[in-house]
Amino acid sequence: MSAAASIEEPLNGGGTGATVTRLLRRNSWVLVLCGLLALLFVVTKVIQPAYGPSQVEALALAALPVALAAAGQAVALISGGIDLSIGSMMALTSVTAAVLMKGGSEESAVLVVVGVLLMGLVLGAINGSLVVLTRVPDIVVTLAMLYVWAGAALLVLNTPGGASAEWLRELINGTVVSEWAPKAVVLLLVLVLVIWIPLRNSRLGLSFYAVGSNRLAAFRSGVDVSKTKVAAYAFTGLFAAMGGLSLTMSTGIGTPVPGPYLLASVAAVVLGGVSLAGGRGGLVGPIVAVFILRLVRTDLTLMGIDPNYTTVIEGVIMVSVVMVGGLVALRSRGS
Amino acid sequence: MSSPPQVSPLDVGRWPWLGSARRVMRDRPLIPLLLLLALLVVTLEIVRPGIVNERWLSSTIRFAIPLAILAASQTLTMITGGIDLSVGMVASMSAYVMATQAPAEGVVAASILALVVATVIGLVNGIGVGIFRVHPLIMTLGMSLVVLGLLTVYQRIVIGSGTRVPDEILWLGARTSFGWVPNSLIVFIPLATVILLGLRRSGFGRVLYAIGDNEFAARLAGVRVWQVLVVLYVISGVLAGIAGLIYAGLTQTATGTLVEVYVLPSVAAAVIGGTSIYGGRGGYGGSIVGAVILTVLTTLLTVLQMPEAARQILFGAIVLSVAAAYNRIIEE
Repeated sequence: MSAAASIEEPLNGGGTGATVTRLLRRNSWVLVLCGLLALLFVVTKVIQPAYGPSQVEALALAALPVALAAAGQAVALISGGIDLSIGSMMALTSVTAAVLMKGGSEESAVLVVVGVLLMGLVLGAINGSLVVLTRVPDIVVTLAMLYVWAGAALLVLNTPGGASAEWLRELINGTVVSEWAPKAVVLLLVLVLVIWIPLRNSRLGLSFYAVGSNRLAAFRSGVDVSKTKVAAYAFTGLFAAMGGLSLTMSTGIGTPVPGPYLLASVAAVVLGGVSLAGGRGGLVGPIVAVFILRLVRTDLTLMGIDPNYTTVIEGVIMVSVVMVGGLVALRSRGS
Repeated sequence: MSSPPQVSPLDVGRWPWLGSARRVMRDRPLIPLLLLLALLVVTLEIVRPGIVNERWLSSTIRFAIPLAILAASQTLTMITGGIDLSVGMVASMSAYVMATQAPAEGVVAASILALVVATVIGLVNGIGVGIFRVHPLIMTLGMSLVVLGLLTVYQRIVIGSGTRVPDEILWLGARTSFGWVPNSLIVFIPLATVILLGLRRSGFGRVLYAIGDNEFAARLAGVRVWQVLVVLYVISGVLAGIAGLIYAGLTQTATGTLVEVYVLPSVAAAVIGGTSIYGGRGGYGGSIVGAVILTVLTTLLTVLQMPEAARQILFGAIVLSVAAAYNRIIEE
């Protein structure tokens, strides 16, 4: 993994021309994904002419937690790590929010939201610090933390329960301006604009990519690798906390059992053009990919195909995207 | 791993015996693991005097064996720098196929069919990893999704026939001979011997280490890496299939998600057994001890009557600390 990255990076990394090409290529994949999503919407409309705003709204609501999980996973992967504990962190933050909001006033929920987001940052920072301090591979550390956070979630709340403030539920249910613009999608857009765009253009964001593509090179160029790793995991935790909050917001309760968000997030991130080897990709691709995967599921159900085949198809899509990506990379390296 | 130079946490100058102790532990990684195991057993005996007896030993072995077989899949794939996250679905699929086909086809045919299914899944994994160069994590994760979907579809097809775990499989997974010797040892001892010797003595075993250490160098040395990887993932699939059959006998059930919960423990068993997830280092002996440690640990946490929450937290914390301690001991 690291060997391949170190061979490729110097070829693409030098000069502004190469940077532009790389930027274009990265964005071109996002464009392809957007085209694919649009195509899928057309297909859906053809199969089911009654497919309208309310279905889009339901789709957005279902996709929101997965999209946030994918965003968090993307940050971890870009900086050269992986976070297996993302589902557990979502469960932990979700139950914490639900417990704190139970019986509280609508106003106090603002504090809860801020507190839970901070909690996400801390959880992620703990993951990152453990990776740095123990020097155990990321995948093993987050595997162990998967149990720790899941246990902590059970400690906070043993059975599904708690409550969500009403204004929070309204924040993601319904539409704004047009009936075709579900609040959940708008919220996602805002989050990407407010968090990701400034982050990516900052020194810290750049060091995520630097550490992800080549740790040693980043270290020798003066990047504090340890701090960068901790920060990247903290952002993963932040997105996980948002995902957990969105779960509480959409269901109105907190559930202490981690959902299938680990698999879903990795599938979406891979389809979204983030390299497992680190240093490549962004947040928009994975989020669009979540919607694509959801819509494929909807379409198959509408076409009367056994919905269980959707899992098969999701797996095949995930593997074949990486396969094709690998073949393309191989060919371009050969020529 | 290209990490910045670090100061060794153990000051060898002040405590010279630490240096030699560390050397022993590095050369014989099984020793600290066995010490940890002994410590856990002693703790168990202190917490609940009299629990450590033949019945306890028998049940520990019975539960550790299928986990150790799953850990074999992880160990072999991790030595090449890969991982097999599809073992849970493969094992569940194998158990389910066996349990649904056994009433009609007989237990032997059903078990063979189950292992054929496991072989095919392993073959697809191997083709993806070896020929199409898909990252093993993605390939096996993707395959688990595919198998999960197919299993659910298959479940609906055979819903009429129902599942029944035949007596022969129960005998293998859950029963004992001579009072306390678990029958699953019949499968496990030959399997473990082949893997232990195979990794150390056979060309195939050495090639696995070579690929994990430096795939490029292995290829230059004339190893047909893709062929090795295809065979490796087939072996991994078959091992998972066997583990699935034993789990079915042990729990006397066969559902679509029977073995899913053991995937991460199987990785953990290999990791605390000293196999590096980056490849090139490790062995099966450690993984077996790792599987036993995890099983004893689970018993200990149950005996302590800890709530599920505390059990999970402790489980994670212990896996992480063992892995971290291991890293410190090995690294110079």
